[in-house]
Amino acid sequence: MSTVFIPAVLRPNVGGAKSLELDGGSIRDVVGALVEQHPSLESQLLTDDGELNRFVNVYVNGQDVRYLSGLDTPVAPADEVRLLPAMAGG
Amino acid sequence: MSKSYADLLREAREQINEVTPQEVDALPADSATIVDVREASEWEQGHVPGARHVSKSYIEQQIEAAAPDRDAPVILYCAGGVRSLFAAQTLAEMGYTNVSSMSGGFQGWKSAGLSFVTPVVLSSEQKQRYSRHLLIPEVGSEGQAKLLGSKALLIGAGGLGSPAALYLAAAGVGTIGIVDFDIVDVSNLQRQIVHTTDRVGERKVESARKSINALNPEVKVVAHEEMLVAENVERIIAGYDVILDGTDTFETRYILNDAAVAANIPVVHASVFRFEGQLTTFVPYEGPCYRCLYPTPPPPELAPGCSVAGVLGVVPGILGMLQANEALKVLLGIGNTLAGRLLLFDALETEFTELKLRRDPNCPVCSDAAVQARKEGRPLAVEGVDAPFLLTLTGIAGQVSPEARA
Repeated sequence: MSTVFIPAVLRPNVGGAKSLELDGGSIRDVVGALVEQHPSLESQLLTDDGELNRFVNVYVNGQDVRYLSGLDTPVAPADEVRLLPAMAGG
Repeated sequence: MSKSYADLLREAREQINEVTPQEVDALPADSATIVDVREASEWEQGHVPGARHVSKSYIEQQIEAAAPDRDAPVILYCAGGVRSLFAAQTLAEMGYTNVSSMSGGFQGWKSAGLSFVTPVVLSSEQKQRYSRHLLIPEVGSEGQAKLLGSKALLIGAGGLGSPAALYLAAAGVGTIGIVDFDIVDVSNLQRQIVHTTDRVGERKVESARKSINALNPEVKVVAHEEMLVAENVERIIAGYDVILDGTDTFETRYILNDAAVAANIPVVHASVFRFEGQLTTFVPYEGPCYRCLYPTPPPPELAPGCSVAGVLGVVPGILGMLQANEALKVLLGIGNTLAGRLLLFDALETEFTELKLRRDPNCPVCSDAAVQARKEGRPLAVEGVDAPFLLTLTGIAGQVSPEARA
């Protein structure tokens, strides 16, 4: 199980949880498990082609998966996955 | 037996080795400690490059800090070469074994056509006001003078801009520009502490100017009372040393990023949402830029501003102060900025998290290809952020009213 941190702006989609424990050996698996549990997140996180939306950054243990292997980035148990959309407020 | 001045001088000349300005100038760097023993008022008019200042009246008390090794070469000089001879005798009595006096003193140095430096001189009022900075070796008179000569631009005099403006003003940043076209609303006062209740209805740039100058009248406030748009961004940011991005819309953040990268001006970025904030420093071409971090803006429903989503007032307060800290480091050239790192703050957990950021090698704004394309006058296309948008209460994107941007 890896821990997936949900940003505040997406928490209403997951019943208010700050983080979720999800199974999966890759980012694709983990995001898939997340979207399966909370289908309203799908359009927020993924494009119609099933790729990560460019306005949501995904980090594994503090590293941006765009510079690792994208959705194929491996995720080990106890890894920390963080979803991070841009914020506007000032 | 009493001795005349002439007797004392002759004795000193017999006892102390003298060197000429040309010989001192020819010494390899750092091969001797050069000490200026004149009074502070003389030192401030100019001194030998690399010299330390220990006035003759404090020589016994302060020489050990300036020249701790009693066997290392020490060269003293004064204005004409007499006071330094007597000071050298004192050092010899204290056990310094390799003391010389520079004949002709600083006048001889200048007459020989050798270069000298003029130290930065703060006024006595400035020395008092900034005394806690002057005590820090990393800042000192030189650093304070740098701040006094620096120009910082705040995009927005709102939740983030308020604490940043006050702390930069307190620190003595000489020029603070403020871009804001809004007026002070009573709902701003829960977090925008640069404004006051009796200034509700006033233009924010003017209200901010009053608070800044009440704290530090020495600061020059430049009011840019206009909305930052693609047409004016280049003109507005020109000449500033650092920019603090505290706006409330993506449109402005992208416009600012693209222009600041082209103008090579660091941008300290912060944004907030309810109990959370993000902070980083974009140093052009050294670290990533805003488009490397977020290539495209999110849809409005994913990124509401404060006027819609709400924010705990202290969150922009904390983030704005961290922006000021980053800006001061950029201006002073000390420490390590957040370039290449994104700092997340969660007020509910009181938790800071750091993420690693990278430059996007294909960035349409800061990559090598983008720089080359700009040079050739055909900048790469960027994904536009056409309509100013914010989430409304019904979740429908719309044009932004001035109040909604606050």
